[in-house]
Amino acid sequence: MRIVLTGNHAVAYAAFLSRVEVVAAYPITPQTQIVEKLAEFIEGGRLKARYIRVESEHSAMAAIIGASAAGARTFTATASHGLTYMNEMVFWAGNARLPIVMAIVCRALAPPWNIWTEHTDILAQRDTGWIQFFCEDNQEVLDTVIQAFKIAEDNRVLLPVMVGLDAFILSHTATPIDIPEQEDIDRFLPPRKPLPFILDVNNPLTHSNMTYPDQTMEFRYRLQKAMERARRVIVEVDEEYGKLTGRRYGGLLDCYKCEDADLGVIVMGSSAGDAKEAVDKLRDEGYKPGVVRIRVFRPFPKEELKEVCRRFKVIAVIDRDLSPGLGGILYAETLTSLYDLRNRPIVQNCIAGLGGRDIRVEDFKLVIKELYRGVEENIEIPPIKWIGIGDV
Amino acid sequence: MEAILETPLSKPSEGSAGITGYWRTFKPVINRSKCMKCLLCWIYCPEGTVIRINDDVDINYTYCKGCGICANECPAKAIDMVSEE
Repeated sequence: MRIVLTGNHAVAYAAFLSRVEVVAAYPITPQTQIVEKLAEFIEGGRLKARYIRVESEHSAMAAIIGASAAGARTFTATASHGLTYMNEMVFWAGNARLPIVMAIVCRALAPPWNIWTEHTDILAQRDTGWIQFFCEDNQEVLDTVIQAFKIAEDNRVLLPVMVGLDAFILSHTATPIDIPEQEDIDRFLPPRKPLPFILDVNNPLTHSNMTYPDQTMEFRYRLQKAMERARRVIVEVDEEYGKLTGRRYGGLLDCYKCEDADLGVIVMGSSAGDAKEAVDKLRDEGYKPGVVRIRVFRPFPKEELKEVCRRFKVIAVIDRDLSPGLGGILYAETLTSLYDLRNRPIVQNCIAGLGGRDIRVEDFKLVIKELYRGVEENIEIPPIKWIGIGDV
Repeated sequence: MEAILETPLSKPSEGSAGITGYWRTFKPVINRSKCMKCLLCWIYCPEGTVIRINDDVDINYTYCKGCGICANECPAKAIDMVSEE
């Protein structure tokens, strides 16, 4: 079935198809239509689930943690300040290894007050023990939410998953989307398997209780190992989903025209589409750039990125985020991944599109052309550049 | 692959957090002449260290942290908080 859906409704349909059992959400701003649509599904009796209205995002995640530990398939969604308010409980879910799925509409954090897209909110959660996805379009949003449940609940993983979609560009823009058949998704995603413990009021126990310094490190080590195993599971699930629907997203990395490329643009989220268009146009002019879209930020695809970047002379890392005092967050991760390459490419960090500013095809073309010129004419390439910034 | 337990679990048991009586600076002492045996201290104690014996109460000083909630809630002012030496 093909219907026109916004990114927000695509998320809700994906949760519906995944047969979520418990949804908890705080309904006031910065909440989105994601949970409104789910409330509609549940209220109308189409989705057999429990909807818990809570008094804050912090409580939403707390409720979801309880439901997930009790064995339910759980879902919630938030954005920007809602996510930062939830922060304490986000760590709780990750460290407790609960297979929760949460959609994040990626938005800037105030002040100045701004409700448009930026990745700083979700990237600030990168150390919480959650798997993190970034989507390019609304079809991928729907497909990734369904995949996320399968990955999270895999016994090799047992980690929560965040699916990020860019505010407004994806969340509020309607595009035609292919909705898979329910019976296909039921086969792909069977009911959740029980955890190796049961929460039972008649036989009480505490999950994720206090541990002492002589025990705690081992739990962190196991979390790290689960993240490492997740790389492979993500690729497998993407492949299995591809067999079912014909849609594959490259697992951890989506590489566009990289086979013969000598310059790479590394990017996340919706602006990858514009980067690809710029690459097509420049290829018509005789250049050979490619695009590497980071689909999964945690676990970071270190080895895979290193492998594809081996062939580039020069790289532009586009950061729609800022770690003040450092620069781009994706840039720092990229440099870490490339450090042990024998012939490291030159890497430029482009800070772009903060607070929802457009990153145009022309902007990508300009960045790429200037990098080519820098290499050809042996001009020093500035390590950091702010795209489209006005007088400051 | 079966799910493997990779997170901590604990069963409730007496004193699972150690001998918390050492934490006390003030010790609740029941004044038997004032006590009305209303059992509010037993209800309010967050640590279960006020023990109910039929209709009477006693305090388990091995685990009582000395928070003073029992003294605060007692309507007969029958619990004195006495400084530990």
